[in-house]
Amino acid sequence: MKLHEYQAKQLLAKYNVPVPENYVAATGPEASAATEKLGGKSVVKAQVHAGGRGKAGGVKIANNPAEAAEFAESLIGTTLVTFQTGPQGAPIHKVLIEQTMEIARELYLSITTDGGRRLPVIIASAAGGMEIEEVAQNNPEEVFTEPVDPAVGFQPFQGRRLANQLNLPAAQVRPFSSLVDACYQAYMDLDCSMIEINPLVLTGDEKLLALDAKVSIDDDSLFRHKSESELRDTSQEEPLEVEASEAGIAYVKLDGNVGCMVNGAGLAMATMDTVKFAGAEPANFLDVGGGAAEEKISHAILLMLSDQNVEKVLVNIFGGILRCDIAARGIVDAYSKADRQPPLVVRMLGTNVDEGKQILSDSTLSATMVDTLEEAAAAIKG
Amino acid sequence: MSILVDQNTRLLVQGITGREGSFHAERCMSYGTNLVAGVTPGKGGEKFMDSVPVFNSVQDAVDETGANVALIFVPPPFASDAILEAADAELPLVVCITEGVPVKDSTMVMRYLKDKNTRLLGPNCPGLITPGTGTKIGIMPGNIHMAGKVGVVSRSGTLTYEAVDQLTKLGIGQSTCVGIGGDPVSGTTFLDVLDMFNQDPETEAIVMIGEIGGTKEQEAAAFIKQNIKKPVASLIVGQTAPAGRRMGHAGAVITGKAALASEKMQALKDAGCHVIATPAEIGSTVKAMITG
Repeated sequence: MKLHEYQAKQLLAKYNVPVPENYVAATGPEASAATEKLGGKSVVKAQVHAGGRGKAGGVKIANNPAEAAEFAESLIGTTLVTFQTGPQGAPIHKVLIEQTMEIARELYLSITTDGGRRLPVIIASAAGGMEIEEVAQNNPEEVFTEPVDPAVGFQPFQGRRLANQLNLPAAQVRPFSSLVDACYQAYMDLDCSMIEINPLVLTGDEKLLALDAKVSIDDDSLFRHKSESELRDTSQEEPLEVEASEAGIAYVKLDGNVGCMVNGAGLAMATMDTVKFAGAEPANFLDVGGGAAEEKISHAILLMLSDQNVEKVLVNIFGGILRCDIAARGIVDAYSKADRQPPLVVRMLGTNVDEGKQILSDSTLSATMVDTLEEAAAAIKG
Repeated sequence: MSILVDQNTRLLVQGITGREGSFHAERCMSYGTNLVAGVTPGKGGEKFMDSVPVFNSVQDAVDETGANVALIFVPPPFASDAILEAADAELPLVVCITEGVPVKDSTMVMRYLKDKNTRLLGPNCPGLITPGTGTKIGIMPGNIHMAGKVGVVSRSGTLTYEAVDQLTKLGIGQSTCVGIGGDPVSGTTFLDVLDMFNQDPETEAIVMIGEIGGTKEQEAAAFIKQNIKKPVASLIVGQTAPAGRRMGHAGAVITGKAALASEKMQALKDAGCHVIATPAEIGSTVKAMITG
């Protein structure tokens, strides 16, 4: 689950991570009042779940309260298109009004979990304000990492080592180490999958401040983070994906016209690949999950059909936990309820496959039954 | 003629009285697995299927039955506790089927296991099966498997069934099939399983099925190039997935360039693997590899 910058900063501030003085505004007058409090100047930042806001015109410097109000009004209620949002953009409901400052240096700091090491790692670089992937690609020697042993937590010597690698002034070594430790505490307490501060700035008066902040929380941990769960802003997500996730279905909308419903993420990706190799385009990734019930299968198909781009449907079920007869009943139910019935190709294998095929052939559906992925590809093409 | 599990496996199922646990425990038994115990705290003394004793703790179950493999079906909030309990009872192999375990829990579990002699498979995996000895420790449909000499290792569940099905239909049997799971932090890796297949005298060829995301396949490719003496066929799925989107498996998200299917396929090709071009060609590629 992604958080907005203002939410991330509020959470990090609770852990004593230094952040610039800031206020959230949803209207022009609020932006103006906040800028007043900041001494008459401010930075107005659009709150969307995407990077690249600056280049897209989502971050503006206001020289007086009236200008802040004007910028806020020009942003709120519109959508911001950045290189991360796709062409539809992300809606702006709020702006962050933040103090301006003199910046001496821009650094990069993040924490994520490294699956190879199976440990949280701190990643830091003196090349702040840039895409870290690019820095890692072009100048790998400028990216420093410190794995953390979760049994003892982040250690001051690691903070000193990183500060040294970043060439921080001596007076900033301890504050930097404390800042990283605070981020690490937040990372672990809140079950984060990522905390990214880019840039972390050293101000003209030699203070470290988290100028931007991105926090994502592990979706699988939300059962124990009730208050953080409420920070979710579904307006930033694809509506069909929100509906799917609430139903426990893994769905990602794509641009093609072949709707794919599959059980299992790996097989779902294999099915998409098969569609593509057949010269067609998948309309979605859809993993209905393991022990799905008839209602869930039906819901998944109806959800997929509500994407108006879907002109053909390919169902690929390999029964294991999920039984084919249950899948078949779900398919029949969905097609009886749907307002349109695009051509259907069904491949079923595994647990209770004969019962499943019988249910489909007894129904009024005119499904094309196939046995192999090759046949599925041919049927989709044809 | 297998790795990890065989006729000496004595299975214990944690969460045996739950819906999923009881359904799959029964299926493991009917496939031929020697199911010796179940564990559900508070239900000790009951019998599963009128024959298998249920215990309150893993230690009790091990002491009474000599169980040596644990299979876990408990819900995500309690899964790490179940794994740690099995490791504390010094079980050499723990298989966690549970999907949705928080990454932090898996991280802490792996830290704890560092000093233990317990191997974890999963979480979020289908388990493993050795058809030749009728030993199924997991949720895969048993009847698609066939005893033989090809080892299968995969990050996915149903896609592993797909691979096995294609092999069996061409008369190619399997030594052991292992699903390592799709979570970002998990126990057994491709490298571990490849190494075991390499040393298993009865495994003559290997099928490895990977996905987009992370760099696990590249690490496997480097390992194959250095160490593996047997032919390896490999498929990477997600070749058509868009960048930056999570595809169900937490691991399957394309982030950096290294996570792309094309990069992984190239690394495997450079390591001398037989790269499987499309998911429909798993069986035929393996057949050509072992007969050609």
